[in-house]
Amino acid sequence: MASVTAGYDPFATSGAWRRSRAKIGVYIVLAVFAAWYLLPLVVVILNSFRKLPEIAANGLIAWPESFSFDGWTQAWGTYCVGGTCEGMKRNFYNSLAMTIPATIISTAIGAVNGYILSKWRFRGSEILFTCMLLGVFMPGQIALMPWAFILGKLGLTNSTSGLVLIHVVQGISFTTLFCRNYYLNIPDDLIKAARIDGAGFWRIFRKIILPLSPPILIVTVIWQFTGIWNEFLYAVVFSSGRGQPITAALIALSTNGTNVRNYDVMSAAVLIGALPPLLIYFFGGRYFIRGLTQGAIK
Amino acid sequence: MQSTVSMTGALPQSRSDWRERASAALPFVILIPSLIVSFIYVFVFTGWTLYISLSNSSLLPSYGYVGFEHYAAIWQNRRWNIAYTNLFTFGVLYVIGTMAIGLLLAIMIDQRVRGEAAWRTIYLYPLAVSFVVTGTVWSWLFNPGSGIEFLVHRMGFTGFEFSWTTNRKLAIYAIVITGIWQASGFAMALFLAGLRSVDQDLIKAAQIDGAGMARIYRRIIIPAIGPIFIAVIVVLLQFAIKTFDLAVALTQGGPGIATTFPAIYVYDLMFQRGQIAEGATAAIMILLALSVVLLPYALWTVWRRRKEARHG
Repeated sequence: MASVTAGYDPFATSGAWRRSRAKIGVYIVLAVFAAWYLLPLVVVILNSFRKLPEIAANGLIAWPESFSFDGWTQAWGTYCVGGTCEGMKRNFYNSLAMTIPATIISTAIGAVNGYILSKWRFRGSEILFTCMLLGVFMPGQIALMPWAFILGKLGLTNSTSGLVLIHVVQGISFTTLFCRNYYLNIPDDLIKAARIDGAGFWRIFRKIILPLSPPILIVTVIWQFTGIWNEFLYAVVFSSGRGQPITAALIALSTNGTNVRNYDVMSAAVLIGALPPLLIYFFGGRYFIRGLTQGAIK
Repeated sequence: MQSTVSMTGALPQSRSDWRERASAALPFVILIPSLIVSFIYVFVFTGWTLYISLSNSSLLPSYGYVGFEHYAAIWQNRRWNIAYTNLFTFGVLYVIGTMAIGLLLAIMIDQRVRGEAAWRTIYLYPLAVSFVVTGTVWSWLFNPGSGIEFLVHRMGFTGFEFSWTTNRKLAIYAIVITGIWQASGFAMALFLAGLRSVDQDLIKAAQIDGAGMARIYRRIIIPAIGPIFIAVIVVLLQFAIKTFDLAVALTQGGPGIATTFPAIYVYDLMFQRGQIAEGATAAIMILLALSVVLLPYALWTVWRRRKEARHG
């Protein structure tokens, strides 16, 4: 994580004994909260490997006494929800088929837009940018009816392409905002010099802007990928049955009418749905947090 | 044809002129599709939904104008009543709880603890995962037959009762706790960044003057990060107003309709009951609530920037 050096020691003013006692207190507080945060993750991981009778006997929060991969194999390939017995794999692929193109397209558009709005400003471009920015704050509910109408007209109802379209359009304001704010920090002199040398719009983009872009592109891709993967409202409204992305399928699974709760299968299913964003978080956490603070504050 | 043009001598001049103009307009031309799409998304969609809310639509959109009929009706509706009361309760507790825990964790981590990166990773991971996932798992833990109550019973305290999600009055607090669990790492990250941006000389000076650590936090550090408090409040209020997946995954809006939120109300009316106009009305109310939070914040930000610019 960011290497920030704390410039002072808050305990420097107290005695050595008080200092170590206070320090222990700090660790206790941190550990208690860490336990609270990790509880659901640990529970769901452990239960995905336990056998159902044991879960039923000992409850969800218990040390595992059995071990099996059944939960995972069923959740992935054979578990039945609403008449079809294909597990989560199809929904997982649906989510990938929706998230990957939508992330790539919206990030590419955002990079070009950000480049224009920071380096090729024209009269009124700031106002246009502000208008685009409003899209960041739009609640999804406002767009539901219009999207239903448009997807119907385009013949994209209940299709992955329809969801890709929605996420690209809604993502543009975010990706443009991220990229523009980042490109503002690239000195204009660099661009000017290139223009004097005869470089055009695309050449400057390829030769100067793109090589400087990896940090912001990673932030944007991570932000878009996790956001689109985790999205639920549009997923549940504009898809059904086998075409559902995994978030919608998980809700269908866990609110399934039957009384028997197959916690082993459901735990594995939930983890399948959580895995891609979790992996991204654990390997690209630095960029994830940067996106979070930027997306939130600016 | 191109070759004939370039041979005439006079024309290349105007052609390169035209080309120059075209290349000057190129950035704008490339931006146009995005602008049109964003314009439609922001303004046309909002206008459209607004119009539907003023129309006599029911199962399908229709455009007979009925004025503010649905707006009057929605405030008479018991379910909407529950929805915005829940939003209010949730919003207040969620913002206060998230900020309190976020600030506590930030201050603790700021004490030069070992393994800072690991602590931060633990506190922030809920944000990477969808509410569908975390809400579902929490709903199991809240479930008296398998979760926390079951555990405590097994430990021998059979009189223990913890069945919030099945209790009309308490279910909303289960949602509050899960919401705080999800967002306090986020508040922590922002507060921590703020704590570390405070002028270190100021703090050293106070230490030399003999001020204790609690006093330094109260008098110097926390006032200095005031703007971050406001930013965090605004972001959290936005999250609260948009609450949807969390409540769906945790309680499905129940028991009964006890944990309905405005966003759930919109979804239900539009897609379950075919009362499009009233659903649109509720959607507009959500937009209004967001504006009430965001407009003053935007104005305040602009005002602050101007002030800073003036004072250099």
